[in-house]
Amino acid sequence: MPPPREHKSEDMLLEAHNVGVSFDGQSILSGANVRVRCGEVVTLIGPNGAGKTSLVRAMLGLIQPSSGTVTRRKGLSIGYMPQRLQIDPALPMTVRRFLQLGTKPGLGKTLKVLKEVGASAIANSPLQSVSGGEMQRVMLARALLREPDLLVLDEPVQGVDITGQAELYRLINSIRKHRNVGVLMVSHDLSVVMAQTDHVVCLNRHVCCAGHPEAVSRHPEFVALFGENVASELAVYAHQHDHQHDLDGHVIDDSSDDARDDACDDACDDDHG
Amino acid sequence: MMLVTMLVMMLVMMIMDDFLIRSALAGIAVALASGPLGAFVVWRRMAYFGGALSHTALLGVALGFLLGVQPGLGVAFVVMAAALMLGWLNGVKGLSLDTLLGIVAHGALAVGLIVTSLLDTVRIDLMGYLFGDILAVGVEEVWWLWGGAGFVLAALIKLWQPLLSLTVHADIASVEGVPVRRVELAFMVLLALVVALAMKVVGIVLVTSMLVIPAAAARSFSKTPEAMAIAAAVIGVCSVGIGLWASYAYDSPAGPSIVAAATLFFALSLLKR
Repeated sequence: MPPPREHKSEDMLLEAHNVGVSFDGQSILSGANVRVRCGEVVTLIGPNGAGKTSLVRAMLGLIQPSSGTVTRRKGLSIGYMPQRLQIDPALPMTVRRFLQLGTKPGLGKTLKVLKEVGASAIANSPLQSVSGGEMQRVMLARALLREPDLLVLDEPVQGVDITGQAELYRLINSIRKHRNVGVLMVSHDLSVVMAQTDHVVCLNRHVCCAGHPEAVSRHPEFVALFGENVASELAVYAHQHDHQHDLDGHVIDDSSDDARDDACDDACDDDHG
Repeated sequence: MMLVTMLVMMLVMMIMDDFLIRSALAGIAVALASGPLGAFVVWRRMAYFGGALSHTALLGVALGFLLGVQPGLGVAFVVMAAALMLGWLNGVKGLSLDTLLGIVAHGALAVGLIVTSLLDTVRIDLMGYLFGDILAVGVEEVWWLWGGAGFVLAALIKLWQPLLSLTVHADIASVEGVPVRRVELAFMVLLALVVALAMKVVGIVLVTSMLVIPAAAARSFSKTPEAMAIAAAVIGVCSVGIGLWASYAYDSPAGPSIVAAATLFFALSLLKR
């Protein structure tokens, strides 16, 4: 696999340009454009089989895109939190040891990061004995120990109960602010995510639409994909008040606007003007 | 100084002259290497992979005779080739690894038996290769076994950290910069070498047992991966001792006695859980 290209711009962390992924000649995803900048939260949404995880894996360099390019900032440090971690029960390993596997942080640093993610209590527990929510926190800690510029989270609240989900998102948000890292996230949980996301990319084997959460939630393709109810709920959720503007009436965050996708459908382009 | 060295050498020679001592030295060498490597086989759920590889060993023996090279070299070569082929076949879609292992193992065993029977000029002690012939091990072979075991252990120590990391989660390891493919390949090579070594002691049919059983028995006594690897080596060595003793005292076949002793250790370890 050729090394990923390196970006000259300081601001841009990771960029997928026109990326397509196919397995056995079967196209999973085509023409996807995603950019993540410093301190920005970009969320990939879409139904099962939309190619979200494939896109993330291609952007991480775990799989070779069948077309397009992935560019990363020079010296970019990525903290990756996969969907799940399943290790054989025969492998004796504590949470603490797991955290010290990648980088070799001192004990002090390890415990500090565990505290940051609110998992100090399980430092010495066997990895197989921790609950779903604790495991997500532990994986987040492992990612943070790398002092990342970019966190890549693939469905970070999977297997976590509802209250735990909200807590986990709060945690991710506070980490983002605190450490000023970029976040690239895959999610099913539309409502919570929308409120904390700067830029949403809606995927369904291609980029359906992309932009600020509010704009996306009103986009016809999004509505078609997720249904009227979800869409209207989200629009409310994202802003906590009933909005008067329509799509043309515009997106507040301009950084997300120019990160908007070239590969968007015609409809999408029209909408953003 | 010269005199002392010579005396020591003579002493070694005298000791090695005893077939039981030679057998013990051979068995200990194999147990020391197969225990720690076997821990990885258990953690990575590759017991059947090891089994399939060992079944290809007979073909290696036959080819070794055919080409007039050391059977051990032939085995190491064929087993490595089989490991690489399995790695490649696994990428070919349509059949599970499980099925591929069944095909490669028994296909190679059948061809090995055919080639063996076609070798008119040499008489191959088939039973010796299938079930081990540790009591007939020669001085030179003992040196080879220790050399091989030493190499495997040294390489494993060097590979330890990245191999452990990718065993826990290959994608996280890859994002963190572990050259996953290369480390996996190196592990395969070590596995092939250990199969070639262990074949001498317990025979082709029982090779997997030297990898899996001591490691599995070590699990309940171990709190860290390293402890489990060391305990597996110790249990392996004890099994060799007990097996050889039983073979000497009751005239039981040596290889199977060693495996039976290891199994006894595993049964006892269950009590501790």
